[in-house]
Parts: sequence; structure tokens; C-alpha cells
Amino acid sequence: MSDLTSLTLVQTIKALQDKQFSEEELNKAYLDRINSLDPKLNIFLEKKKNTRGIPAAIKDVIVTKNIKTTAGSKILSNFIPPYNATVVEKLLEQDISILGKTNCDEFAMGSSGENSAFGPTKNPWDLTKVPGGTSSGSAVAVASDSCVFALGSDTGGSIRQPASLCGVVGLKPSYSRVSRYGLIAAVSSFDTIGPITKSVDDAALVLDWISGSDNFDSNCKNEKFTFRPRGLEAGIKGLKVGIPKEYFGEGLEASVKKVIEDAIKKLEQLGAEIVEVSLPHSQYALAAYYILNPSEISSNMGRYDGIRFGSDRQDFGEEVKRRIMLGTFALSSGYYDDYFAKAAKVRTLVKQDFEKAFTSVDVIVGPVSPTTAWNLGEKIDDPLTMYLQDIYTISANLAGIPGLSVPCGFVDSLPVGLQILGKQFDEETILKVGIAFEQATDWKKEKPKL
Amino acid sequence: MEKGETKALKYEPVIGLEVHVELNTKSKMFCRCSADYFGKQPNTHTCPVCLGLPGALPYINEQAIDDCIKIGLALNCQISEKSLFERKNYFYPDLPKGYQISQYRWPLCVIGHLTLEDGQVIRINRAHMEEDTGKLTHQGSETLIDFNRSGVPLVEIVTEPDFTNSSQVKDYAKKLQQIFRYLGVSNADMERGDMRLEANISVRPKGQVELPNHRVELKNINSFRFMVAAIEYEIKRQIEALEKGEKLFQETRGWNEDKKCTYVQRSKEDAHDYRYFPEPDLPELFQGTKKVQQLKDSLPELPWDMVERFEKLGLKKSDAQILAESKELGQFFEAAVEYGKEYDVTSLQIANYLINRRESSMDIAEVINNIMSRIKGVVTDADVLEIWAKEVLTENPKFVETYKKGKTTVIMALIGAVMKKTAGKADAQKAKEILEKLLNYA
Repeated sequence: MSDLTSLTLVQTIKALQDKQFSEEELNKAYLDRINSLDPKLNIFLEKKKNTRGIPAAIKDVIVTKNIKTTAGSKILSNFIPPYNATVVEKLLEQDISILGKTNCDEFAMGSSGENSAFGPTKNPWDLTKVPGGTSSGSAVAVASDSCVFALGSDTGGSIRQPASLCGVVGLKPSYSRVSRYGLIAAVSSFDTIGPITKSVDDAALVLDWISGSDNFDSNCKNEKFTFRPRGLEAGIKGLKVGIPKEYFGEGLEASVKKVIEDAIKKLEQLGAEIVEVSLPHSQYALAAYYILNPSEISSNMGRYDGIRFGSDRQDFGEEVKRRIMLGTFALSSGYYDDYFAKAAKVRTLVKQDFEKAFTSVDVIVGPVSPTTAWNLGEKIDDPLTMYLQDIYTISANLAGIPGLSVPCGFVDSLPVGLQILGKQFDEETILKVGIAFEQATDWKKEKPKL
Repeated sequence: MEKGETKALKYEPVIGLEVHVELNTKSKMFCRCSADYFGKQPNTHTCPVCLGLPGALPYINEQAIDDCIKIGLALNCQISEKSLFERKNYFYPDLPKGYQISQYRWPLCVIGHLTLEDGQVIRINRAHMEEDTGKLTHQGSETLIDFNRSGVPLVEIVTEPDFTNSSQVKDYAKKLQQIFRYLGVSNADMERGDMRLEANISVRPKGQVELPNHRVELKNINSFRFMVAAIEYEIKRQIEALEKGEKLFQETRGWNEDKKCTYVQRSKEDAHDYRYFPEPDLPELFQGTKKVQQLKDSLPELPWDMVERFEKLGLKKSDAQILAESKELGQFFEAAVEYGKEYDVTSLQIANYLINRRESSMDIAEVINNIMSRIKGVVTDADVLEIWAKEVLTENPKFVETYKKGKTTVIMALIGAVMKKTAGKADAQKAKEILEKLLNYA
């Protein structure tokens, strides 16, 4: 079976049940594909040969017992964790095999994948373009059919944005829906682990597997998400879809805007009611994010002090060093109230914006990224421009709400993703919208030519 | 009056105390490792959490929170309905995460007080929850790290600067130690490092209300005695410096026991900026009034209550305090009183007997037996006679002095006192031998 690797997770499970192929054949097919593609795409930092299970790719910020986990950093280039992240334990219970650890921006800081100490992953739609970040390898692994599904992490858009730029489905769950135990921390109060998949129902299934309370993460005391295919496929007739005017202003590329507007029309055709909403504090979100983010990062990077992991602090990349400096400054005595405390207030306002908007709509829809994938090297020397790439995704992290990126079209042969945001812990509704959209369009059938 | 004393009269010391106490919970503060680390093979009580491995997260030990609240309640603190953990960021090899999870702006217990023996009321600013660090051992040019202690629950109790002399500090520290042991929340052993003291000390001209800005922090002092000595030394050093018109600095000083002096460990310029911010890995803590009330109701009897009860039995306060020094001795005394009732042995007789021994690992029946034979007939038991002899010597310091000056005939008066005390039941010859032995070796 040559196109065995193009099957979605749900299809793969069905095919295995129907004995169309064996788990061994499945694993071999993926391994063969990786062996031919990875040299071109630079997806995997570590590969594992399996004969059993459904092969998944795990972002390298998620610790795996006895499998090297580097977080894309030279600092951890020799780190072999003695334990599994909770999500990994949960996947293993579902007979998932770990195919490999995927490349990412160092400690999940960046928007293009170029901050990895091990070289950037390439966009499978155009090898001269960035795949987005920071879950670059996971998004590309899914887009290039190098795994059945992947896990990524999203701190400011790191699942949704590369999913958008690579034309796959990416789900950032609500904060604390999925245990963070074993996720190498970037920004502890924003970090979420979520699936990157070939279809929306795959994302729902993986969320079912990995969500739920955990006695190793004090913030994770929530019910697990339960995948109910029938409920998710009920359609979106009468559903209220909010369009935030702040997400369609200056900075959004006209061609991308057009694709998003067409997608919104599609939702309307499917019976949704389109309502304009306002998220007035969006304009302050990026500024607040880039205070809170480096502040927590400066503290989370403290443990890599050169004593325990066999590597010196000089081995941190430029972006990590930049954020350590910014965060250390923002938390310094005399500055805390002006920076951290103020940014924390903005965070509350952003959260309240969403709460208010969600009193009149069920979901909020807009672009994931203001542009399609850009050239490798194009923005790497301009951190501010790079930070602006996250403008539509970071608010969900500030507010702790779930967000989904679904393929919704192309601009010059490069994929564009539609972002669907929902109320906290209401993944159900955004997945429902995603499935309705996916079923009404053919975008998921498009595959990069490799 | 000596010259130094005149100078001292112009100044008054201002002292505040920070006490760290390790809780004796079964597991550590934020993980499931055993907190009983003392004397264990290094790095055997560790896991990803207390080693600060990438990806690991803290998970709160509720028992430690309850113990901290109990300490707060015993110190008459208010228990904060809402409190939270913050990160105290600094680099040190014994701190695996690069920050300590502590409390800063929103501590668990606030605004309490403790009254000292001399009547001075010491205000408690806070009692908060935090985690201990690992332990460094220096061997030649190498430094070894043991993370068994990393993450052991630690409560920090901070006073207002209400102490004015070293004996108040000692009294306070001893009282705290006693409270921890009564509550059963810590062994509070200074030598093992279960309990650690830090004093903030400065002197100011009498009458001055504001705090001087040359506060010295005395750190890493592991006994009550050394702390008293260090404080005494600091008071003297600071007064002398001020008298000479020298400028004093805000700094951290340690105690050198060999040279009997304090020395600079860190100057203010080297002080850390801890960059505190709310710990994002942990939820806010909420203490309901019902829970706090339950903890309050569950508090065991505290030392001062036990002393009061013993006083009601007719004991002198000082005797009651000796018996209540440890919960175990106090409880043994009570059990003996109960047992003694049957044999017409009074609580006073038992108190007198126990005070001279001060141990609780005795057999109650034997104690009562000894007391009874003491009451009934001639007593020849050397141990018992020695107790009486000691009592008599303590009660007759003048005779002792006279004896020591060479007038040994005074021994007869002391024998008389022993006989009087025992209503004639003591073996006079043996009592004489024992008295002589005590006098000659004292």
C-alpha cells in the first residue's frame, strides 16, 4: 500500500481494525518515508524504529523517557530524561509508538523554526520557506505524511501558526486542559500541549487521549475532553460566529485576508450567523505578551546554569538570551510594577474582552497568521517583525482559551489557515465548526509535492 | 560604673528575628519523595521535581500547608484567606531550578504575637511556606551536591524588630522550638539544621524611633548559644563604631566561634535582587474559615496552657515550666500524678522528684515506689539521697559558700536540713557522705 501514510489517524485505526495492513507494515511505511524525506526537511532530531503501535511524532520540548530530549537547544544536547511527560504516558496507553522527536525553535521561542540549534525545518510546500514555529517539525511531519499525527506545544501560537503555514490542522487546547508535566517550560502560564493532525476529527481524538486532570500538574484539575464523533458532526446551523474587526486591520496581507473572507462566507453558507465583534484590547496584547513571556522565561531558564546539564550558558541561542535579558529587566526591583504588574492587568483585560464577546457569539473566527510562509532568513535578524507574526494568536494564550487552525486555502501555492477561537474549555464547539468547514471544503486533500 | 556601660546606656539595640523550621512531613513540599533525609545516602531521595529536571512541575503537599497554619495559629496569627506562592529567583548550586518557591507578597499567616518571660510582646510579621534547598559539601577543591534536602517543606517565621537584648532572642527561639515540638510539626533540632536562626540587628541612640539603616543580618548560626554571643558582640561592635563616629553598613555577617567575633559575609552591594513574581505553576491558595477553625480545634495543648494547669495543682510557676518543658515530661508527670493518687502520693511530691531528674523515660510505678519509700522509712538508696542532698544544697547556698571557704563543720547543718526535709527518714551517715561528695566536686 503506497498511500498508507496519507491516511488520517481515524482512518489508520479503522484500517488496522479491518486488518488492511499490520502495525509492523504501518511503522515500516513511515520509517521508509522519513528516511527519504527527512534529509530534505530536517524534521527529526531523534528517530526511533518501532514495529508496533501507531507512529506519532513528539515535539522535542516534551520529555520522553530514555529518548534524548533537547528542546531544540544546544544546552540540552545530551539530555536523556529519566521520565515521560504525562501526555506521553497517556499516548503509550493508547498503543501509540514514538516515531521521533521533532525539531523546534529553541525552548519554543520563535515564530519560524529558525531558532533551533539544529538548523531550521523546511516548509514542505516550498523548501525555501519557513514552516512557521515553534512546533515546526511537528507541523511538517504531519504535512509531509511523515507521521500519523504529532504533538506540539503552543505558548503564543506555536501549534496554530506552523499548522497554518504548513496546511495541516493544529489545536491549542484551553490552558490546563492538558497536563504540562514533562513539557519543558517556556512560559508556564501560557504553555499548552496540543495535537497537530491531518484532520479535525483526528485532533478531537488525540485531545480525548491526552486531556484530563493530573496529580503532577497542580493547575490541571479539569475534566478530560470526550470525543463524540456524532455530536461533532452535527453541523453549525444557527451557530453564531464572531468576526473581530481588530483582526482584519493593518498588517494583514490582502491576499490572506481574501482567503479568510471566503472561508467566513463558507461558514455562512453552512448556516452560521456571522456577527461582528470587538476585542478592544487586542492592540495591547502583543506588548503585554512580550513582557510576561520573557519574564517567565528568564526564570524558567534559570535551571540551565551550567552546573547540571553539561553545557555552558554561552550555548543559549540569541533569542533565548534576548528574552532572558528582557525578562530579568522587567522583573527587577523598581520595575516590576511598571512592567510585569501592568502587563498582568492587560492580560485580565484581554481575557475580559473574550468573555464579553462570547456572551453574544459561540466562536470567534479570523486569520492565524497575517502572512503565508516567508523566506528562510528573511526576518531572523528583525525580532520585532518576527514577534508581529504572532499578533492574532497570542491573545488566546493570554486568555487561556482554545484555538484551532484549519486549512482554508492557498495564496501562491502556500497554505493559509483559518483560526477558530472558543470559550475556555469549549473545545467541542470549535472542533464542530472545524469539522463542518473541513467536510464542506477539499483543502485537506491538498498535499505538498515532495 | 565602667566606661563601656555608660556608653551602652546611650544606645538601644533593635533586633528582629527570622526563624526557618523544617517540617517533619512524610513527603517533600512539592513532590512525593520522602522528606526524612537526615543521614541518608546522598541523592537517593530525589525525583524529577526536586531535582528541577526540565519539564517537572511542583505539586502542593497539603499536610505542609496545614502544619504551617498550625504554627501560625499557635503564634496568634491571622490566616490569610487567599495567599500564593512566588518564585524567588537567584543562582546557587544547591538550588536546582534557579529559583526557590516561596511566599512574598501574600504569605499564609500574618500579624501574630508571642509574649516572652519578661513580659515583652514580640510581634510576628508573618509565617510563610517555602521549600528547602539542596546541601553542599566542600571536599578539598571539589564541591558535592546532595539534593535529598531539596524541596523539604520549610516554614519561615519573621518577627518585627521588637527584641532589645540577646536573652529575649534566646527566650523567643526556645519558645518557638517548644511550640514546634508540642505541635509535632518539626523536631526543631538546631544541630541537625531543622531549625535555623537569622537575626537582624542594629543599635540606635535611645529615644530614636526610626530604624537605623545600618542593619546587620547575622546568618548561618546553628546554636542558641552562638546566636546570643554573636548578638552581644554586634551590639558592642556597633556601639563602639558609632561612638568613634565610624560609618556602619548594611551587611550580612557570620559568627566565628574560634575568634569569638562576627565577620562580613556579604555587603549590601552584593545583595540579590530576587525578582519575585507569582509562581505560575501553582494555583492560588484559599483557606476557608471552616478549615481554619478545624485546625484550630485540633491544636494540641500548648506549653503555656500546660504550665497554667500545673500551677493549679499547686506547683510554683518555675517548677511547672520545668515539667512542661517537653510535652513528654509534662505528660509523664500527669500520668504519675494520676497513678500516685491511689498511694496518697501528692502531685507536689511527684513534681519535686521529677524536677531533679528531668527525664520522661522512667517507669511510673518505680517513680511512685521511690517516692513512697522516701516518705515511709529510712532511705538508704544513694540515688534518692543524692536528689535530696542536691535540693538542700540549692536551697542553702550560704552554707555551701561557708563550707567551700573551709569551714567544713557547716556540714552538720546541711545534714540537719536533709533530715528535716525527709522528716528524719534519711540515713544520716549516707547523707553526709553524699553531701561531702557533692560539695567537694561541685
